[in-house]
Amino acid sequence: MDLYVVVLVEMLYGVASLILISAGLAIVFGMIKVINLAHGEFMMMGGYATITAVNLGVNVFVAMLLIAPVVVGLIGLVVERLVIRHLYGRLIDTMLATWGLSLFFIGLATMVFGNTTTGISTPIPGFAIGDYQVNGYNFFIIVVSALLLVAMLAVLKGTRAGLVARGTMQRPDMAAALGYSPDRVYMATFFCGSALSGLAGAILAPLVGLVPTSGGAYIAKAFITVIAGGPSLVAGLFASAGFFGAVNQIFTFAISPVIGEVALLVAAVVLLRILPQGVTGTFFKGRL
Amino acid sequence: MPGDLKREAIAIAVVTGALILVLPLIIGTYTLTVLAVYGMLGLSLGLIWGFGGILCFGQAAFFGLGAYAYAISAINIGESTIPMLLAVLVPAVFAVLLGAMMFYGRLNDVYLGVITLVVTLILFKVINSTAGPQYMIGNARLGGFNGIPGFQTLNVPGKPDAYIWGDSYFYVCAVLLGFVYLLVTVLLRSSFGRIAVGIRENEVRMSLMGYDVRARKTVMFAIGAAIAGLAGGLFANWAEIVTPNLFSLSQSAEIIIWCIVGGLGTRLGPVLGAAGLAYLKFLLGQQALVDNALVTGLILVLFVLLLPKGVVPALSGLWRVSVGRRPPGRIRRRRRSRHRERLHG
Amino acid sequence: MSLNRRTFLSSAAAVASASMLPRAAMAADSIKLGSILDTSGIFDAYGTPMDMAMRLAVNEINTAGGLLGMQVEVVAYDTQSDMALYSQYGQQLTRQDEVDVVHGGILSASREAIRQTMRKTRTLYFYNVLYEGGVCDRNIFINGVTPAQQVEALVPYAMGKSGKSVYILAADYNYGQITARWIQKFVADNGGETVGVDFFPLDVSDFGSTIAKIQTVGPDLVIAPLVGGAHLSFFRQWAAAGMKDRIPLASTTMGVGNEHKVLTPEEGNGIMVAYNYSQELDTPANNAFKERWSASYGDSSLIHEIAVSNYQGVMTWAEAVRQAGSLDREAVIAALETGLSIGGPAGTVTVDPKTHHAVLDVHIMEIEDQGMRVIETLPQRQPIDTQAVCDLQANPDDNTQYEIQI
Repeated sequence: MDLYVVVLVEMLYGVASLILISAGLAIVFGMIKVINLAHGEFMMMGGYATITAVNLGVNVFVAMLLIAPVVVGLIGLVVERLVIRHLYGRLIDTMLATWGLSLFFIGLATMVFGNTTTGISTPIPGFAIGDYQVNGYNFFIIVVSALLLVAMLAVLKGTRAGLVARGTMQRPDMAAALGYSPDRVYMATFFCGSALSGLAGAILAPLVGLVPTSGGAYIAKAFITVIAGGPSLVAGLFASAGFFGAVNQIFTFAISPVIGEVALLVAAVVLLRILPQGVTGTFFKGRL
Repeated sequence: MPGDLKREAIAIAVVTGALILVLPLIIGTYTLTVLAVYGMLGLSLGLIWGFGGILCFGQAAFFGLGAYAYAISAINIGESTIPMLLAVLVPAVFAVLLGAMMFYGRLNDVYLGVITLVVTLILFKVINSTAGPQYMIGNARLGGFNGIPGFQTLNVPGKPDAYIWGDSYFYVCAVLLGFVYLLVTVLLRSSFGRIAVGIRENEVRMSLMGYDVRARKTVMFAIGAAIAGLAGGLFANWAEIVTPNLFSLSQSAEIIIWCIVGGLGTRLGPVLGAAGLAYLKFLLGQQALVDNALVTGLILVLFVLLLPKGVVPALSGLWRVSVGRRPPGRIRRRRRSRHRERLHG
Repeated sequence: MSLNRRTFLSSAAAVASASMLPRAAMAADSIKLGSILDTSGIFDAYGTPMDMAMRLAVNEINTAGGLLGMQVEVVAYDTQSDMALYSQYGQQLTRQDEVDVVHGGILSASREAIRQTMRKTRTLYFYNVLYEGGVCDRNIFINGVTPAQQVEALVPYAMGKSGKSVYILAADYNYGQITARWIQKFVADNGGETVGVDFFPLDVSDFGSTIAKIQTVGPDLVIAPLVGGAHLSFFRQWAAAGMKDRIPLASTTMGVGNEHKVLTPEEGNGIMVAYNYSQELDTPANNAFKERWSASYGDSSLIHEIAVSNYQGVMTWAEAVRQAGSLDREAVIAALETGLSIGGPAGTVTVDPKTHHAVLDVHIMEIEDQGMRVIETLPQRQPIDTQAVCDLQANPDDNTQYEIQI
């Protein structure tokens, strides 16, 4: 019985972490059609920002939830102004440029932080479910992911900024005619996407050993989750992360972590074959 | 038109011959061999992406399959002729199955990219987790992360003891590259190639004209895979070891980069892009002043910003402006510019 | 044929090593030492300190007057954690640079990628990393610890402190696979039982389900030959789940790349390891070594097990050249096969003529406050695993990597 509860918690955690690592990419890809291959490196920098801040004596939660997103968001802003801005509408070129950026950031992080593994310990102690000890930090990740989804939905649907952003994505010319500068909206969107990547990296930092090349582990998973989700931002993210996270953890428990990963990938192929436009291209059409 | 083709065939032969004679004076043949192999790999994606409009994120899958097919069968057979054929056939068959699955499911654009990416990752993960002694194919142990070393390398067909290696192996690879380049040229000039470009430009129109778009794309995909598989087989012979890294995401990404840097929608661009960037990576590994990733990354970003069309189109544009003469092949150029609009639009 | 290229390369190598070598090193009459390591990419945490150690060793040799009256010149290549580049630079070193010796390779995969090239071109090769054992090839000299030297010491100690049932978590490549089998063997030899074995590819970083699985089995001890940055997550998640005080941990790799300095004392304390070197070794040789390292690089915190192995490898080779009085491969091998020994930072290192492996001191240690506290020192352990299968005196043409059969 206790085991089932543990499996359930791990499954929720699997879903939550997928949501977390995909959210930044989903915003950038879903709203401004830029495939940011440097997404993983943005996460890596979020992790380094957190660790640096904690080592300087900042409270770990402040570092994770505030400092890391702001720092990475600002880096994203610079990147947008210098590089991405020139490439809107050129999907393939943005991929090449952001791939270059990802290499650049890996090199930069190596020169600044060195190549040894760093990290901080998890700020929340483990606790017992029956006879089992589980990682208390998992619950923190589940809560943050849930809040993140709600916040994304609320901002996009409930605020004026969200309305303007959605309008600009659909018809930039019309938004411009109404007095909103698409250029600025894109900039703000990229900032938000980068900040979310930074947040994800920061929150996952206490669970892993961080090296400059850590980002590479996330990009493929995030990419698959976002594409399989389809055009609806929040619903798509939730649906595909839920599906993949569950498949992954079930097979991980039943067989092994490798089979879990492979099962996730096979599920992605099957899903896209059946629903070629992603989950929300078929269901929940037109929702967020 | 046949006259035109003949002229082009002679040009390819002359250029290949000249390069084979000149390049070894500047760069070691061992390095040149791998540059030729990468050139062929770049060409394979350049064909299906630049002319077939199929954005494949998983060209490394075919490259790796070719290399593994060669290594495994070479260990079991002990002679290199049949393994070399298998290196071409196995990826081609795999591509037919994968392509049929995708194209008959009407997958397109970025979704196609994701499927090919995911298939590459699956192959990578599966091969990577075969380190245990229980994973054998015939006499060949798959070896997981460590890969398979110590297989029979290329020999004169029928004579397992007459190895082709060193300088002569370079000549084999370079001639094969020239040959594949010629094949691609012929293919693109055939009605199949012209229809393929038509499909790239407007799939709906071509299918309304009665062409079986799905079958044609599948065949195109398989041809690209066969070329990549050949490159994989040659690579296995050169490295004398195959590892799961051949399937890795970064390998796939590199092939895409070669095509974009060299120039999409040209035949020469991907070959030059591949050879040039691979040589750059090789040069960077010999210095210790700056981090290599930093330099490569910076070069790529600057490239996209300053020379987005790639080297070959930019140079031929420059040539046209400065010499003021329209080179033959007007039809192709017009198509290419429209293709560019689509990519950017 | 490639005169241009060679001139270019030697100037590139000179640029690379200019900061370390005295100017005399660029004299025409020099000995070429080839080095091939990952100093960027995912394995650079291992490779960069190894590179620093190699340059330190060469610098010391040159300051002391060089070898045979000549300076040693370094020709170093960065393989960027890409196994394909190993083949490429291996060829480059042997065929174009024509170096006198090659030191390098980190992962077993990289060693196997260049070992045959070195053998074919008759270039003496040193592999200076702890590994799974069993390589039997007259052209290679290995001075890292093998499972019999390390696991055989670690397992009884760890089992004595915990209990008889053992769960193994290993990295999924030949090092982890073979080491896991050695662990099973030594667990059985000590009257224990292996209750579970799991293998993880190098990129797995989520161990939540594994930790739950281990709890369903409930072993007395977990032994974890896990490798690399992603696998470090296991130790962190293990502590985060509160398991650290319930089931003791031992590892054959934790700390090789200084990973224990990353874990907090709460996460790392008490993990049992066994190595040839630890920064906390309080011997005159080690203290002097750390001072020399600090003098060159400003800070000695990067030194780790395999950096010291690399240093000792270069020094072993240098001693052999001195004794042979020649650079000829056969003469140097003959000198090495006399059972030559040197005193390194980690104690005496003696070449075992039969296997070309090393006889070394092994220390059983526990991680304590981001350091390794030495509990017991086992002096001059023989590589008995490789000795059982490999005899290069009897079969000089052997060229196999033997594996343990269970």
